[in-house]
Amino acid sequence: MTTAAASGELASGQADASVKAGFGHLMLAEWTKIRSVRSTVWSLVIFVVGTLGLTALFCWLTVHAIETGRAPRRSADLLADPVSFILQTGIGLGQLAICVLGALTMTTEYSTGVIRASLLAVPKRLPVLAAKCAVFAGLIFVIAEIVSLVSFFIGKAVIHPVVDVSLSQSGVARAVIGAGLYLTVLGLFALAIGALIRHSAGAIAAVIGLVLVVGPLLGLLDSYDWGRHVHDWFPTQAGEYITRIHQASDQVLTPWQGFAVFCSWTALLLAAGAYLLRRRDA
Amino acid sequence: MIEARDLSKTFRTTLAVDHLSFTVQPGRVTGFLGPNGAGKSTTMRIILGLDHPTSGTATINGKPYAELSMPLRTVGALLEAKSVHTGRSARNHLLFLAQTQGLPSSRVDAMLDLVGLRPVAGKRAGSFSLGMSQRLGVAAALLGDPQVLLLDEPVNGLDPEGVLWIRNLMKHLASEGKTVLVSSHLMNEMAVTADHLIVIGRGRLLADAPTEDVVARGSGQSVRVRTPDPVRLTELIAAEGGQVAPATATENGNGDDQAPALTVTGIPAARVGELAASASVVLHELTPQLASLEDAFLELTSDSLEFGHLEAEPGTMRPESGRRQPEPAQATDGSVR
Repeated sequence: MTTAAASGELASGQADASVKAGFGHLMLAEWTKIRSVRSTVWSLVIFVVGTLGLTALFCWLTVHAIETGRAPRRSADLLADPVSFILQTGIGLGQLAICVLGALTMTTEYSTGVIRASLLAVPKRLPVLAAKCAVFAGLIFVIAEIVSLVSFFIGKAVIHPVVDVSLSQSGVARAVIGAGLYLTVLGLFALAIGALIRHSAGAIAAVIGLVLVVGPLLGLLDSYDWGRHVHDWFPTQAGEYITRIHQASDQVLTPWQGFAVFCSWTALLLAAGAYLLRRRDA
Repeated sequence: MIEARDLSKTFRTTLAVDHLSFTVQPGRVTGFLGPNGAGKSTTMRIILGLDHPTSGTATINGKPYAELSMPLRTVGALLEAKSVHTGRSARNHLLFLAQTQGLPSSRVDAMLDLVGLRPVAGKRAGSFSLGMSQRLGVAAALLGDPQVLLLDEPVNGLDPEGVLWIRNLMKHLASEGKTVLVSSHLMNEMAVTADHLIVIGRGRLLADAPTEDVVARGSGQSVRVRTPDPVRLTELIAAEGGQVAPATATENGNGDDQAPALTVTGIPAARVGELAASASVVLHELTPQLASLEDAFLELTSDSLEFGHLEAEPGTMRPESGRRQPEPAQATDGSVR
């Protein structure tokens, strides 16, 4: 702690200047950042527990309703597309945790001022965003794929008395893997909005508003042909098609087309976020 | 070496930095002095590439900050604003910074030892006291063993021990040949720390000179005299060509002595004593007054305070306690705060 010790310490801790810091180092740094804050752990715990628990609960309630002859509408949903029913009940709410985590991953840099430390370390700025996206997407992809697979098997077991589903059925594997992909891109979508808005509350409200309010409201435009297009091209609506087995007759986009649309929206927002990250004063 | 060339920065309608040029040399502590709102932090943020200048350039060792390939190995910075996630431990904060520069984690431990935070390395940074946070900031700044250091108000809010630690650290780093730029609005702190001063006000350069020159440029030397016979002494001094004025309240010292204190200028203290002795005038006090850096600073910045102060009558009110008055007419930039 004395200054006399400083030079000795500095000398002994002298970095090997020959080591070149590359993108891998930045990804490692972003991994350190994301794993070392509680919001990551809590968001992911809520996502995993919430999604699996709600999947089991909704499926069980619906099966129970079918067996006792109640709730004909939900019963019809389940019987019409059981895989989508399984994937959408739990994930529909669990996705909110991913939205929150995605937005926070970016906005806490600003709210805590870490962005200054980050940009001092990487003054070109864009590599920070790129490394953050890569690490975040990787983490969410792994967890979301596991959760959607486990959700599927939990749901499959619960609804077994009513209807049988299997991964080998046409489109089922695509829907289950697709649910994980959808959640990964959704996380990046939220992260991009966080990069644009920079305030936690604002970014979270914006993402959840888009996912839970604007998206479903667009469903009301179904009766118009143009409205159908607006609905289908809306980011999260388009992205969600990949989790469905059966396409609606008036659906404009195929599942993979929808997913491509969702990816494009996300890429567009990330590009806007990157542009502003470079341009704005930190 | 840090070079600022014709730097300007405008925030909406406020001109924060106004065609500022200076060079910071290695091997000495350079104080960056100015009243609050003078543009010190903005200038440092421009040098560090955090803010984009409206015009002009800033380079470190000849390169703009953004072009340094591993900036933390060249430049260490301690910003006034916090830049640590409150929920992240001190160790993890330093670790991610080290990783961006390809530095080994042993370097993190070395820095934690250096600043004395090793025992609390695993604690959340949000639980740190101001002094501990500042030490963490210093650890981050020194992480890459940089040749250039920029410290923005590093002693703000620190206890005397912390102030001394930072001061000695800066001097030590400068003695190793590093370039050290430290901003402050505390004149007296700079007087004992800095070898060289860059003084700015309203974003403009007011002085760029060795500390002693800035002090010498301040108000001339004076002598404080306390005597029960001020009338006689005033006559004597006036006859020698000196000036006498009643001492201001702060110069007056403690008030136990009923004899009035006078401030004599134009005659050295020794001559004042000889004059008094020759006329048998009793003196209770004879103190040469060195112009402090504070005086010099106030003189330099009196026209350029961000908030104009009403000039107080000497002896009745200190300038600091003056009321605010509207922006002076020369505020051509239309700055309104």
